[in-house]
Amino acid sequence: MKNIDSWGHLRGESIYLDDVPELTGTLHGAVFASPVAHGVLRRIDPSGAIAVPGVIAVLTAADIPGANQIGGIVPDEPLLADGQVHFCGQPIALVLASSDAAARAGAAAMQAAIDPLPAILDPREAARQGELLVPPKSFRLGDVDAAWRDCVHVFEGRADTGGQEHLYIETQGAYAWCTEAGGIRIHSSTQGPTAVQRTAARVLGVPMHRIEVDVTRLGGGFGGKEDQATTWAVLAALGALHTKRPVKIALHRMDDMRMTGKRHPYTSDYKIGLAADLRILAYEVTFYQDGGAAADLSPAVLERTLFHHTNTYFVPNAHATAYSCRTNVVPHTAFRGFGGPQGMFVIEAAIAHAAEALGIDRADIQRRNLLQEGDEFPYGQRATGCNARPTWDGLERAGDLGQLRTDVQAFNASHTVEKKGLALMPICFGISFTKTLMNQANALVHVYQDGSVGVSTGAVEMGQGVNTKITQTAAITLGIDTGRVRVETTNTTRAANTSPSAASASADLNGKAVEEACEAIGARLLEFAARRLGRPTAAGLVLRAERVHDGATATALEWVELVREAYFARIALSEHAHYATPGVHFDWTTGKGAPFSYHVYGTAAIVARLDVVRGRYEIETVIAMHDFGRSMNEIVDRGQTEGGIVQGIGWMTMEELLFDTEGRLRTNALSTYKVPDVYAAPARLEIHALDTEGPPTALFGSKAVGEPPLLYGIGAYFAVRDAVLQANPAARFAFSAPITPEKVLMALHGERFRTARSTAGHAVAGD
Amino acid sequence: MTTPLRFVLNDADVATDASPGMTVLDFVRGARRMCGTKIGCREGDCGACTVLVGTLDGADVVYRAMTSCLLPLANVQAKHVVTIEGLNLPDALSPVQQAMADEGATQCGFCTVGFVVSLAGYCLDARQPSDGAARAAIDGNICRCTGYKSIERAAARLTRALADRPGANRLEWLVTQGYVPQSFRSIPRRLAQFIPAAAAAPGPLPAATGKATVNHAPVAVGGGTDLYVQRPEAMEHSALHPTFDHAAWRGVRLRDGRCEVGAATTFSEFVESPDIQRLVPRVGLFLEWVASSPIRNMATVGGNLSNASPIGDMTILLLGLGAEVHLAGPAGTRTLPLRRFYKSYKTLDREGDEFIAAVSFACPDARTAFNFEKVCKRTHLDIASVNTAARFETDGSVITGAALSAGGVAPVPFFLAKTSAFLAGRRVDAATAGEAAALAVSEIAPISDARGSAEYKALLLQQLVYAHFLTLFPERVRWEELA
Repeated sequence: MKNIDSWGHLRGESIYLDDVPELTGTLHGAVFASPVAHGVLRRIDPSGAIAVPGVIAVLTAADIPGANQIGGIVPDEPLLADGQVHFCGQPIALVLASSDAAARAGAAAMQAAIDPLPAILDPREAARQGELLVPPKSFRLGDVDAAWRDCVHVFEGRADTGGQEHLYIETQGAYAWCTEAGGIRIHSSTQGPTAVQRTAARVLGVPMHRIEVDVTRLGGGFGGKEDQATTWAVLAALGALHTKRPVKIALHRMDDMRMTGKRHPYTSDYKIGLAADLRILAYEVTFYQDGGAAADLSPAVLERTLFHHTNTYFVPNAHATAYSCRTNVVPHTAFRGFGGPQGMFVIEAAIAHAAEALGIDRADIQRRNLLQEGDEFPYGQRATGCNARPTWDGLERAGDLGQLRTDVQAFNASHTVEKKGLALMPICFGISFTKTLMNQANALVHVYQDGSVGVSTGAVEMGQGVNTKITQTAAITLGIDTGRVRVETTNTTRAANTSPSAASASADLNGKAVEEACEAIGARLLEFAARRLGRPTAAGLVLRAERVHDGATATALEWVELVREAYFARIALSEHAHYATPGVHFDWTTGKGAPFSYHVYGTAAIVARLDVVRGRYEIETVIAMHDFGRSMNEIVDRGQTEGGIVQGIGWMTMEELLFDTEGRLRTNALSTYKVPDVYAAPARLEIHALDTEGPPTALFGSKAVGEPPLLYGIGAYFAVRDAVLQANPAARFAFSAPITPEKVLMALHGERFRTARSTAGHAVAGD
Repeated sequence: MTTPLRFVLNDADVATDASPGMTVLDFVRGARRMCGTKIGCREGDCGACTVLVGTLDGADVVYRAMTSCLLPLANVQAKHVVTIEGLNLPDALSPVQQAMADEGATQCGFCTVGFVVSLAGYCLDARQPSDGAARAAIDGNICRCTGYKSIERAAARLTRALADRPGANRLEWLVTQGYVPQSFRSIPRRLAQFIPAAAAAPGPLPAATGKATVNHAPVAVGGGTDLYVQRPEAMEHSALHPTFDHAAWRGVRLRDGRCEVGAATTFSEFVESPDIQRLVPRVGLFLEWVASSPIRNMATVGGNLSNASPIGDMTILLLGLGAEVHLAGPAGTRTLPLRRFYKSYKTLDREGDEFIAAVSFACPDARTAFNFEKVCKRTHLDIASVNTAARFETDGSVITGAALSAGGVAPVPFFLAKTSAFLAGRRVDAATAGEAAALAVSEIAPISDARGSAEYKALLLQQLVYAHFLTLFPERVRWEELA
């Protein structure tokens, strides 16, 4: 089935936040934010803003009726700065005006007296000063300290990954107005409607039932709107409460980029020990996560780093420690992969370090150590349905890797101005929220008396195709055409206490709830059908192809007639169902448990082609063997896979997040922060599906697909690195992503250039 | 206020007294409440707001994709503006939309409309369809969801379908096949009713339009691609000298052994000019690295020169060609070498009442070798870390004259004067290339910024000077001798 939203998308008729029809009297909000990274907020002077024609009000922390607190995991983040500012771009005041332009002019005219304080911009420095967002966490398996003496090869080093801007094409925004009896309705571009509702209630000092949050769809989220859509939604609600007028906030791109968090930059130290046969015997790693100025989702991101720090390898002795470091930049947040990619990069770097030092192929170490059925993860869960080797070996065959290797070698033997590099990237990603309580969802299904169906869940459509999968689920379960099913907006009055659309789990959780609701309605309809058909029980009756069937045989009772008559017979045609993932648990006191309902595996081969003169490169080939389970929608799943790969390549190659020494974001626009364009997508991008049975907790056996493919992108770093080493085997350069053209050129020629210049400099000095 | 602005928006004749400095994006989304056109970045870098602009050319209308966030209403005077609402058929998807749907080429959908509009422009384009041309048509559209492959597959479907498109009566075929609504048939007739904007503004300078105020003196605006990025709020309320459609300043002319390019010539017109293609044979490749298709459809040569960015691609290219700039003012025209036009950062040798009318360069001949190099974080649609152009005149083995330019290495678009002078009389060989590169590096003073460290930029210039030699003289200079 094609994406059910495509008709509206392709005609420009889908409604995003900024397209919601505006009510008369709507005010527009612009945020005045801290211009400094750290300081004492002495005074806020709104007089300049008030003087701007059209400005109606300026709201500050003093105008908050409830708690000035939006922290989700740790209560450490004010909605509007009070007393101190902790990062450039921290909201200080909301300027409300009759037009967007006036609001922005007002915000530009705001003044604040801030006494600067020293800013910490380096997570290692933050850790040294004890500036941690939460206490450090660690995982331990086996006895790593004892294992070193069994290792024939031991390597230590450092590996860093940069942050990543989400760059959803739709910026953040919200639109709120007061409803009767003290209620507030908020249209929000959020992945987490319940988080918005809960936080708005806390900040406004009202019960949650007074806040209604509605989400039609997002123009991309990728994690950036999981927790950080809340600020704008609550500000709009605050504005509506104060002015009794509708308030809309739609961030301009530069404001969005400087005021919202990114994927966490990490800097890490590793130590890896191998046996003579290349088995990894021991691995020790310390992660320093740049969490920014407040916890946001950093603690949970940090946990997933730990869960995935050995990637898809069995490491009998592992010890990982992770620090969530408080720095004076924007609080970083969820981004597709949620800390997992940062953890995996480090072990891949450690393996590359070993391979480069030993003069062997990285793949020899990777393949030697792939997880096998029953192996224990460092968090105590055992690998079941383990597809690590099947995807690797499947890729060898389906991707004809033998030929690929030969081609790359032949190219390198015959070219000097260009070189190619090849990397393999096996992946493993656990599915479920690692916070067990979040693995629940609910669905409300109405069958209307004309046979049409409305479905509400907590899932937010943001391009991942969850609406399509939910439509399929309802249609399959009720045995009707997908055209009869409409997926409603995500609304807290229809789906309460929901988890955000995140962790790749929305289709599994919400789809299972829809399945349960439809099964309950279907069972009632079949009982009624049995009576109607004069049968003692409904046994053997099924709903299929818009008709009641007796086993394989169609009866005379078709769907519309069945529903109409059931309505006349006063049968309940609506159902609310709740689903909680069975079997998942985790104990942080021991660091052990079974946090994931299943794992997704895969392996990709990546080829980079390098221009040795210019330091420019392209990722020309990606071939992946991916573990989809039994895909319920190949178009949607393929799209998620291709998109994730290219986004991962972007993170590893051109997407460079830069803050200056004052803590200001330098890459604050699309002109300075580059994401892949059509030419940057690999010319050859092949996705092969591993033929497996999906696990029962996956919706119809179709495995979660949102986050795992991004991990293949990590291979792009190592493919480019390999190409650089092919051109200059003497190159010594840090494991530091993104591997920008600058880093590549400096690795290729930097040392010689420096030497030549210093020689020339001496010559000049001697003149 | 002057007379109302008139144009055709989709199927509607528009006469509006909106400010000529207002962007088409704000006009369609705000005044007209047509929300299919999306706001992504407001600086021409994402393509979510792409529209087609049709200009009458003889009996035909030529459509170009443009980013409506940088497009002043003044520049669509007497033209056909097409948004997604003007491409939708009543009850069906167009072949472009259908191909995207079939390939699953839409995910969150926010960028989708921009891709549909760009691909519709590809289908309307008279040039030969090809996969490369289809990709070029969407080179200004950023998608964060799909990874582009599904969109490429959709584009490939269109390319196959367009193989049946006849050369003559192209529009009729497109209407019959449902690529565009039937209303497109009436557009040539409707545009012909308008008095051409250029004809209404004779004389050396385009007349100002809109209301000048104390705060907003008239601004000369070409394609708007720099001004609307730098001061979007001010532009809406400014009176404009719209040079974009000033016929006297548009186009490429050959005269007395020189090639003259009007200031209002767009980058697209520059690269499509048969004269330019003959004189600078690889110009198509060079311009593919410069901005994106919609920006090239808007950005003007004069605008790029007057913006004075130290890294402007067209400026560096023309500087390397050894160009002269022709300024028009009340006292007539004045000519000076482009290399002397830039005095310091963003400061030009130009009086307040002077406008750039044209730029010209000596026509390259058989002894000329010309190359342009650019490296940035993203190969396409990015601002260079360093760009450079080189023009050599040789007698085969000896350089008789040279002009080298470099961007991103100084406060101004930089003419490598010492390196250029050094090269005259030198043999074409690796030793010369090496010395030239070292000299070039000694001439510059790059700074560290988001596009790279100072050291990187210096190394990169060395490499790109090597690249000039390796590209232009592969039989005389080999990489192994330089590395």
